[in-house]
Amino acid sequence: MAEYKAAKSPYSLITLGLGSCVGVTLYDNLTKVGGLAHVMLPDSTLSGKKDYNPGKFADTAIDVLIEEMLRLGASKNRMVSKIAGGAQMFQIKSENNIMQIGKRNVEAVRNKLNQLNIRIIAEDVEGNYGRTIEFFCEDGRLAVRTIGHGTRIL
Amino acid sequence: MYSDLEMDALREIGNIGAGNAATALSMLLCKKITIKVPQIKIIPFDEVSQSVGGPEKLVAGIFMRISGDIEGNILIVIPEIDAYHLTEILLNAKRENGMDFSEMEKSALLELGNIVGSSYVTALSDFTKLSLKISVPSFAFDMAGAIISFPLSLYGYIGDTAFLIDTEFTEGLDGIRLHYFLIPDDKSLQLLLKAIGVNTVEHINQSRNGRI
Repeated sequence: MAEYKAAKSPYSLITLGLGSCVGVTLYDNLTKVGGLAHVMLPDSTLSGKKDYNPGKFADTAIDVLIEEMLRLGASKNRMVSKIAGGAQMFQIKSENNIMQIGKRNVEAVRNKLNQLNIRIIAEDVEGNYGRTIEFFCEDGRLAVRTIGHGTRIL
Repeated sequence: MYSDLEMDALREIGNIGAGNAATALSMLLCKKITIKVPQIKIIPFDEVSQSVGGPEKLVAGIFMRISGDIEGNILIVIPEIDAYHLTEILLNAKRENGMDFSEMEKSALLELGNIVGSSYVTALSDFTKLSLKISVPSFAFDMAGAIISFPLSLYGYIGDTAFLIDTEFTEGLDGIRLHYFLIPDDKSLQLLLKAIGVNTVEHINQSRNGRI
């Protein structure tokens, strides 16, 4: 959780048991550099601490992930994104919107990618179930595994 | 971060709640229930799912929201096999160990959550004189990481660790285990300590104005 990592083919990147968090992958097809960020929360401006870990928030994790990918030789204008996660595991009526943190994570990720002009070419988001995702840097495939909802390749 | 006195006080809060909840659970199942001393955990997010067997482990989760004078979450986590056993006891019927729970079984587990959660919160409320309400429970059967991450992720705004009180209940004969997590919202921790007369310094809460 709240981590990010870039890698190059033939490696793959994996994150286990995504619930309300969102897995954001970026890929540069030419250099075969891929990146995966595990976003926990939508908005870094609500952080109570100034020296927060940038990997936690949608609006900061994508920036630091891109930087790491650039160091591995990727180019930003070739990057495309696939996203998965952002589920609402429990259905409870609540006076504030904390129950919908998954949905808000997804929206924040979409906004951020849009700002950066990075296209989302596939997504598997929301719903009420957990996901384990694996991203393959060799061809940009994203495997989404679930319990009881099958496996999908994006 | 917290003094020994504060940790003791929080452990005691956990103990009182868990004692009551164990009695209720024992009456519901007509079985002997033992509880471990509640543990106060202030740990990185990733480590929480380790305590129930890793992020991909299949578990049943029952979630309830506490509101009123303090706010927080209750999450009961039951390993897959133990959840099957529990439904057998609750419904007094043998079942096949398959993937899915029937609606009947889900509602039996929800009711168990309701009873355990309510008795815990009632004890907490009696002890602290705080007015507390508890939501209806919600059920999920999925990967532990996905189930646990939600109530913890809100701690992400104040740091890189989660705060929770973890109590393990074990049923006598079959050794059914369930984890009971009390996860108070960050501001509520101080209120909780104040309510039982433990004076604290303001540690961690700054500038969030209750926004989540």
